[in-house]
Amino acid sequence: MAKKTLKTAKQKSTFWNNFILIIICIIWLVPILGILITSFRPSEEIFRSGWWNVFPHKENVEVERIVLPESVDLDGSFEILGKTATFEEFRNTVELDDGRLITWYGNKRTRTAIISEVRWVGFATNLTLKNYSDVIGGKTISYKNAEGQTITRTGNNLGGAFLNSLAVSIPGTIIPILIAAFAAFGFAWLEFPGRNTVFTIIVALLVVPLQIALVPVLKDYVNMGLNGTFLGIWLAHTGFGLPLATYLLFNYISTIPRELLESSYIDGASNFTIFTKLILPLSVPALASFAIFQFLWLWNDYLVALVFLGEKNQTVTIAVARLVGEKGQDWHLMTSAAFVSMILPLIVFLGLQRYFVRGMMAGSVKG
Amino acid sequence: MSVVEAKTPTPDGNNSINKILTWFGTTLGQILVSIFVPALTFLVLWQGYLFLQRAQAPQIVQVLVAIVWGVGGVALLYVVTNWLVMKLPKRVSRVLQPFVFVGPAVAIMAWFLAIPVFRSLIASFRNYLGTEWVGFENYKFAFTDPRMLETFRNNLLWLIFGTAFSVGLGLLIATLADRTKAEVIYKSIIFTPMAISFVGAGVIWKFIYTYKGTGVGIQEIGLLNAIVTALGGAPQPWLNLPPWNNFLLIIIMIWLQTGYAMVILSSAIKGVPAELLEAARIDGATEIKAFFSIIVPYIQGTLLTVTTTIVIFSLKTFDIVRVMTGGNNGTNVIANEFYLQSFTYTDAGKASAIAIVLLLLVTPIIFYNVSQFNKSRRGF
Repeated sequence: MAKKTLKTAKQKSTFWNNFILIIICIIWLVPILGILITSFRPSEEIFRSGWWNVFPHKENVEVERIVLPESVDLDGSFEILGKTATFEEFRNTVELDDGRLITWYGNKRTRTAIISEVRWVGFATNLTLKNYSDVIGGKTISYKNAEGQTITRTGNNLGGAFLNSLAVSIPGTIIPILIAAFAAFGFAWLEFPGRNTVFTIIVALLVVPLQIALVPVLKDYVNMGLNGTFLGIWLAHTGFGLPLATYLLFNYISTIPRELLESSYIDGASNFTIFTKLILPLSVPALASFAIFQFLWLWNDYLVALVFLGEKNQTVTIAVARLVGEKGQDWHLMTSAAFVSMILPLIVFLGLQRYFVRGMMAGSVKG
Repeated sequence: MSVVEAKTPTPDGNNSINKILTWFGTTLGQILVSIFVPALTFLVLWQGYLFLQRAQAPQIVQVLVAIVWGVGGVALLYVVTNWLVMKLPKRVSRVLQPFVFVGPAVAIMAWFLAIPVFRSLIASFRNYLGTEWVGFENYKFAFTDPRMLETFRNNLLWLIFGTAFSVGLGLLIATLADRTKAEVIYKSIIFTPMAISFVGAGVIWKFIYTYKGTGVGIQEIGLLNAIVTALGGAPQPWLNLPPWNNFLLIIIMIWLQTGYAMVILSSAIKGVPAELLEAARIDGATEIKAFFSIIVPYIQGTLLTVTTTIVIFSLKTFDIVRVMTGGNNGTNVIANEFYLQSFTYTDAGKASAIAIVLLLLVTPIIFYNVSQFNKSRRGF
């Protein structure tokens, strides 16, 4: 008996748990859904109505237009379809007895009234890939604005930015991992003076804000001609990522059983051989976790790319941010651009979430 | 002592000066070679790289070459350096080899993080060009200028509300999801924004807050204004309305960071022994009471870590503000003011002072990390 009540209480709480979670999940997803749908809508429609209008809803649909003859005096009250009202009233919509609505179109001179009806509108919407082809290409594009005028200008070349982001993120991920793995092995297994002190400094560097480095390092870069180059940004990302990478890999590599290494040394293997043949293969899980972490960080980075690459070799984040700054109302371009910038990290993230979580747990000291 | 190598025999006692000189000469030569060859390799790689960058190849070719060049070059540097060090007499190579392994990492960290701390510190006491000493002028700006006071206020808002809601919601979702069958799905959905850049998130939320203006026949296309209009209110240019715009920006951070808090806290909650909870329930504790008296104390270490991480994050917040408002209309934050001072107003002195302020704000965490590390690795 007691067991049964306990169970029903639990079921009840499970229902509420699910209920609250579903609400939260909807709130979490709606923002993404909004830009996803918008990115596939034609530009004119985006300017005219909210993205939620692609779902079935009730809407005023124009049934016919009535043009009043010149004889009708628009000052004062006049009659349309048996309904008498003033111009101002018609402009603010007048309801007919059968539920249809009369709305004046434009100013007095148009002499036009629109008769509309509230109807259910289904998924009757056009979806297009044009926004994507416009924003990815670098050539001249044209689209229609809210008034139906055609606007022509240069595309945003997001395709090029995508390639640049790859050129930043792939070496920017592999180089620090390689360097950090060497260093982690050195700190974990080799003896040298100052080892403790240096490693403690690395731990201290984990949370140092990278802002501290931007001005001095940029000065060096300008002197060395590294500003705006890929090499420059790889080095910068290596520098800023190394403390965490070294720390994580050190924690992992120092747990490799001592006997394993000692037997290899007895067999006459050199440190370098042991590192490449033994340590690296054994550390693959840790390397993979950090790699995903670093890749997402680099792909999504804005500040470092902005300072060291600028607009010359712009990455996707810079391209999207520029679009927001320069064309703040072109939602058809901004939404598709945002989606292009998100697609690769989303795939990497959803595909390799387990590794990512592992890296994140280990690295939660950094922030 | 991790690595023991056979002791290298020293040159025998036939004290012929010639022999020693030769030995010394070759060693010195080898040491010099071992410094110059990697340096030369690096220089050749770098020059080749710069040459390629100037070349007019199609972008995709440039990118592919850059990737192979960058990654291959670094690997090559290690191989060359190691090969050289191994050529040296064993006694020397044994001393030098650890530096082959840790040297590059330490050098890069020194260049990009450790030394800049001191360079920024010095620059913070100099004028905007770095040509004259100005004493505490820049700090006077950093701590008393109305612009800076505004950023401090806003960062405090970010810190308090951003952290509280991210951690609170993360904890709530982790706890609730723990008892449902669809746990993985819920958690994946909440976690997904972690993959999105702040710039991308900026576009997503700017679209929600967008405002078209008032007029006949205008339909709001921003979700927030559509909801407000549907409820009978008047649409607002939300991002221009202090102080609410700050909170609207903080919501973005909560949207992005709750997933992080949730995942870490969720794994901690799974570590709470089931018997402990069962015992509390049998004793008649309600779920809420069990949560506060058992789960929360049990995971407080993790809770502290997560909170610290998000606090650091909220102190350094930049991208969201930069993209959404540019720091205008009362939404400026420290990192954005730093950006403005260094790259818009090009005032290296003030920028450095602000960077030092940021560093000071995280200093307690640095000390905490170091003490924790020393505790966990006594004796190394």
